[in-house]
Amino acid sequence: MKVLVTGIAGKLGRLTARKLIDAGHQVIGIDRRAWPDSPEGLELYQVDIRKRPAEDVFRTHRPDAAIHMATVTHLVHRSPDRMRVNLYGTRAFIHHCHNYGVKQAIFVGRHTYYGAAADSPLYHTEDEPPMSAHTFPELADLVAADLYAASALWRYPEIATCVLRMVYTLGPSKHGTLAAFLEGPTVPLIMGFDPLFHFMHEQDAAKAIVTALTHKLHGIFNVSGPTPVPLSTIVRAAGRRPLPIPAVLFKAGLGRLGLPNLPAGALDHLRYPIVVDSDAFRRATGYRHDYDERETINAFRTAD
Amino acid sequence: MLDNLLPVDPEIAARIEALDLEFNKFGVDPYGIDKHDLARFVSAFALLYRYYFKVDVYGLDNVPSRGRAVLVGNHSGGVAIDGAMVMGSMLLDAEPPRLPHAMLDKFIHHFPGASQFMSRTGQFTGNPDQAKRLLEAGRLILAFPEGARGTAKLAKDSDSLVEFGTGFMRLALETDSPIVPFGFVGGGEALPTIANLKRLGRLLGVPYVPITKWIFLIPKPTRFQLLYGRPMRFEGSGHEPDEVVHAMVDQVKERIRNLVGQGRALREGTISEEDLVL
Repeated sequence: MKVLVTGIAGKLGRLTARKLIDAGHQVIGIDRRAWPDSPEGLELYQVDIRKRPAEDVFRTHRPDAAIHMATVTHLVHRSPDRMRVNLYGTRAFIHHCHNYGVKQAIFVGRHTYYGAAADSPLYHTEDEPPMSAHTFPELADLVAADLYAASALWRYPEIATCVLRMVYTLGPSKHGTLAAFLEGPTVPLIMGFDPLFHFMHEQDAAKAIVTALTHKLHGIFNVSGPTPVPLSTIVRAAGRRPLPIPAVLFKAGLGRLGLPNLPAGALDHLRYPIVVDSDAFRRATGYRHDYDERETINAFRTAD
Repeated sequence: MLDNLLPVDPEIAARIEALDLEFNKFGVDPYGIDKHDLARFVSAFALLYRYYFKVDVYGLDNVPSRGRAVLVGNHSGGVAIDGAMVMGSMLLDAEPPRLPHAMLDKFIHHFPGASQFMSRTGQFTGNPDQAKRLLEAGRLILAFPEGARGTAKLAKDSDSLVEFGTGFMRLALETDSPIVPFGFVGGGEALPTIANLKRLGRLLGVPYVPITKWIFLIPKPTRFQLLYGRPMRFEGSGHEPDEVVHAMVDQVKERIRNLVGQGRALREGTISEEDLVL
């Protein structure tokens, strides 16, 4: 199958591309960033998904399937460009899929869609509305992109559209929201709170995307690996030292004194859990993760 | 990781291991219950449960030893000592031990420390989706349908019942779970509240601040009576009109009123254990 992947030079994009090539697919990549040692057989176009040249890639190659990973998820990235990349990029992706006969489209989204709050239940199901947009405006573009991508389900019923809401990834690449948070030897936590964190090995995440493709999934699916683990336990298992800081000081010191440069809304993610129910995905595909919670953290830690 | 300084009683660690929970490689169950934290906390709590207080528990066999059920009872005594004692009876007296999941008022998880402690011991904000999922997983739910109105009873009213919410009944109907009614007596003696400061409570982010006879919120050593009644089963989908559900709730309320009455009579020595009809 001919598969086009946007955002292919990102961590998850690279892992997914390799798995697709290994499975015998022809892979075409789009990314603004370069991928110097990209695998043989991969056709890479260094273009912006929102610009004309990206459309040309769809037009010339006419892929059977397309996977959209070109979203900016780093919370520290707060430029107005972020909103445009995430929303206009998703719109361009869906339009091109429709106009150039793509039969299957996968949008790779985040489980943070559901938001973290004191009264939110553990194990969110796909039908729950996003509750984070008002407390965490910095995430609003990702929530909107997720909902926009899902609108393709009724807008273009001829495309098998699939929205994946994936938990945090962790692994040897040391990239991603959770890995960035665990970067230093000391990890600041909010005193008196210790939320469950839902994460999976990055290889398992890439495997899940390929699984969604091979099963021609249609609909919205949460994707997770092992059961969640308390944040302080993750910090310790990763060989880091947890440093609980009272919430008031934490908020006042964001971006200074070695504290992460997070938006204030992100603090709720350090207080309350976001845990998803991925039964529907497992039932539809028979998906099983390969790495358990300890192996996943070890893979991250030993990559030092 | 609540407090590494608390010693663990080996007998209690064994009881925690015997719980019907699936712990992962870190000793954490799918809902975030940490068996190490739980053992540490229950070890400390057992001293309070067994020596500072004393709980006469009757009808423990009425609580199913496995599978879903909803424990429903009366509230009294300013703060939820009753909830803690129900927890104690299920973890320390029941064979095999069980861990009930209480449905908490939303304010509790806003507090540092309390949130962490409740999360690691399986106590969540009362949310119908959460409760339904736990019941479907075969867990035990603990509900006080009087809510904060119940703990706000003054000492003189501690054996009375105020308005019951209907959430527990709809939940039981929807998940086809038995309801185990219980009556708890002595909360008003342990923490006799003479007033509730609502305005101060609003400032602190709690429903109210109870003031006891001796001002402070420290319960005195008390003997409690805790009576579990026979399980009650109701037929329905959980989507019945309010008046239908209210009629069912009233049946449960009546049973609880009866259990509280028997507990009071036991406490005052007007009946003995043989006279109990649970």
